[in-house]
Amino acid sequence: MLPRLLGNTLLLAAGVAVGTSVLGVALAWLVSAYRFPGSRIFDWALMLPFAVPTYVMAFVFLGILDFQGPVQEALRDWFDLPGSWYVEARHPLGVLAVMTLVLYPYVYMLARASFLKQGTAPLDAARSLGLTPWQSFLRVALPMARPAIIAGVSLAVMEALADFGAVAVFNFDTFTTAIYKTWFGFYDLSAASQLASLLLTFVFVVLCLERYSRARARYVTQGRTVGLVVPQLRGGRALLASGACALVLAVAFIIPMGQLLFWVWDSVAAPSSGYLGLVGRTLLLGVMAAVVITSGAFVMAYALRKNPGPITHMATRVGTLGYALPGSVLAVAVMLSLSWIDRQLGGIWEAITGVATSTILVGSMASLMLAYFARFLTLAFNPIDSALEQVKPSLREAAQSLGIVGTEAARRVYIPMLRPSLLTAALLVMVDVMKEMPATLLLRPFGWDTLAVRIYGLTAEGLWERAALPSVTLVLVGLIPVFLLAGRSRR
Amino acid sequence: MRGLVPGVVAFTLIAGFVHAAEEPNTLTIYSSRQAHLIEPVLDLYTEQTGVAFNLHTGKPGPLLERLSANGEDGDILLTVDAGNLWHAAQRGLFSVLGSETLTRSVPAALRDPEGQWFGFSRRVRTIAYNTQATSPEELSTYEALVEPQWKGRLCLRTSKKVYNQSLTATLIAHHGEEKAEEIVRGWVANLAMAPFSNDTKALKAVASGQCDVTVVNSYYFGRLMREEPDLPLDLFWSNQEDRGVHVNISGGGVLKNARHPAAARAFLEWLSQGEAQGLFAELNQEFPVNPEIPAVPEVQVWGEFKADSLNLSETGRLQAAAVQLMDRAGWR
Repeated sequence: MLPRLLGNTLLLAAGVAVGTSVLGVALAWLVSAYRFPGSRIFDWALMLPFAVPTYVMAFVFLGILDFQGPVQEALRDWFDLPGSWYVEARHPLGVLAVMTLVLYPYVYMLARASFLKQGTAPLDAARSLGLTPWQSFLRVALPMARPAIIAGVSLAVMEALADFGAVAVFNFDTFTTAIYKTWFGFYDLSAASQLASLLLTFVFVVLCLERYSRARARYVTQGRTVGLVVPQLRGGRALLASGACALVLAVAFIIPMGQLLFWVWDSVAAPSSGYLGLVGRTLLLGVMAAVVITSGAFVMAYALRKNPGPITHMATRVGTLGYALPGSVLAVAVMLSLSWIDRQLGGIWEAITGVATSTILVGSMASLMLAYFARFLTLAFNPIDSALEQVKPSLREAAQSLGIVGTEAARRVYIPMLRPSLLTAALLVMVDVMKEMPATLLLRPFGWDTLAVRIYGLTAEGLWERAALPSVTLVLVGLIPVFLLAGRSRR
Repeated sequence: MRGLVPGVVAFTLIAGFVHAAEEPNTLTIYSSRQAHLIEPVLDLYTEQTGVAFNLHTGKPGPLLERLSANGEDGDILLTVDAGNLWHAAQRGLFSVLGSETLTRSVPAALRDPEGQWFGFSRRVRTIAYNTQATSPEELSTYEALVEPQWKGRLCLRTSKKVYNQSLTATLIAHHGEEKAEEIVRGWVANLAMAPFSNDTKALKAVASGQCDVTVVNSYYFGRLMREEPDLPLDLFWSNQEDRGVHVNISGGGVLKNARHPAAARAFLEWLSQGEAQGLFAELNQEFPVNPEIPAVPEVQVWGEFKADSLNLSETGRLQAAAVQLMDRAGWR
């Protein structure tokens, strides 16, 4: 079993890394460096797949492409194939395709922001030194965007490694499915956590290696530059560019949404009562978590700049690992730590009031927020950190020379400069929190059912088609922050 | 704008410590049976008695960890699959209910011998077949699906699902581990394709002729046929000539540290009889546990069956062995 597990897991990590970086960087470069028909629309529309949860994409993908799905049925019809003819859709490549289509927006968004921030000046300089456009992309734009691209790819890979929903739909065994199997099959949580720490160690080592490899590089930008006009693509090239963007958008968003809407239309079940409540709670949790986590991430990234030492470095490395931990394992870890605190607090409370209680933190909003914090910190940290990295040291020195230091400097220099990145971070967190399922399921206070919880309840009973309605709603709610992201970042 | 961020942070932290107020007339239920399969029953009880409920649904594994860590948190635990109930009992989560009503309503095979947990609905895991490719005369037992005539005609759900783990556990209980592994290996050898992630997918594969037989919980069959009545599918009650078909349960018990043990017990007793017992099964096209309560007509048409009388706590005891066995046999 083990070699196949490790093989599958490495395949998943490598496939998602390659897939998301190629798709994300190529699309980001296209829309930020050229104009072509539809480029202004693609510029924001290519972020839309970010609102689709991985597990939803997986069951839609199989619904369309498996034996009974419309595609294979049509193929059998058109080519007069025998009724038993089929292509196995539950193929490792299918898993990679699903993951890549849902996760490429991380790379796309961060790479795009970085390309835009570079401005055209460095490229003009490269061109004036005789580089071709392709060479200047490879040798100037790409290396300059490296921190952003790496940040995006590592988010995508960590999410893929921790994913359970999508791989379960494909019955594709990874390290994470093994963790759950150990836990739920043997009720052996300690063995499961040991496996989980192995996974974390692997991610930790890879991230450290990456950090080390660019330890001495500096990624300072000149700030906003007014460059030459963005070149307009014409003819075949324009068609190719538009076609590629349209294809990705169709496959990653329009077709899956169409299938979901068809299921909604097709299913007899009317929306049950309390739907607005589900939407409201989903949004509220997203906003609260976004504010809390973004604030925490800023403090951490700022501390790292202000006091760069081995301790702060280690703390940020470790603090941002939670994203690679399978959701239920993380949720239980948070729950167990909090219930230990609860028992201590309960003892004190009982000594004072004489009333026994053991649930203070567990099952409170605070416990849920803590779980989100542990899981999504990296999501907010990465964009803020890479934005801080691009702040010119001379600015801080200038502020210092004017006597602006400490929190004053944070408030008057850094926060205003970082406002776009802070907003990006908050919106990223918001979308992901709304899609989050395992921690919400375990730690939500009574009555705090969300759309993701509703989807779980239906899919756990195999009611995939009925889950289409909450899924569509979740995607639509997720589009609100995505639109904000897109609108804010328009040129 | 400036006050917004600290405001939200403060609100979150303050709201964070506000719990649902402790109400004397409210029972807290933790459940891994899904909300839409329970809520109508709870509503009926509230209507009849005025007792209200806090319902918290979730995955069985994490729920059990939460209850183990925080014993005083709830009154009742409901789960699907006897294995989960057995594990909860092993951890000492349940109190022993010396309830005569429950003992009378729930057949002995479907409850904990010590009276810690009870089944409230029966879910029959049996063979479903394609009526165009297979005749019922060809079918007999789970064990017979290893025979060469089924080569390339069998579809199964993944072994990660607890329903298959419990079924395999009963094979171990009846045949011993060695023979059970032989049977499971035989199934794997006869598979037409990789195991599916859920029963409905397996049923659809059978209906569309990709394979001819599978093993599913009967309510998945019922649900699919309700949506698409013309599918060439039927159920076959397995092992009727010997021990009977494998029956699993959805069940529960009163938590040891329940705040309202008497009220919790009264609710479970109510659930095991009469209208409530019928409704609980009907919600998911399952069978009542109480022999006095008939199944709904929609389910009755599938016919009478003889059920395996092995006590379900055995499936919990043998679950770990079953998981390892299925791993060795290559059932993914």
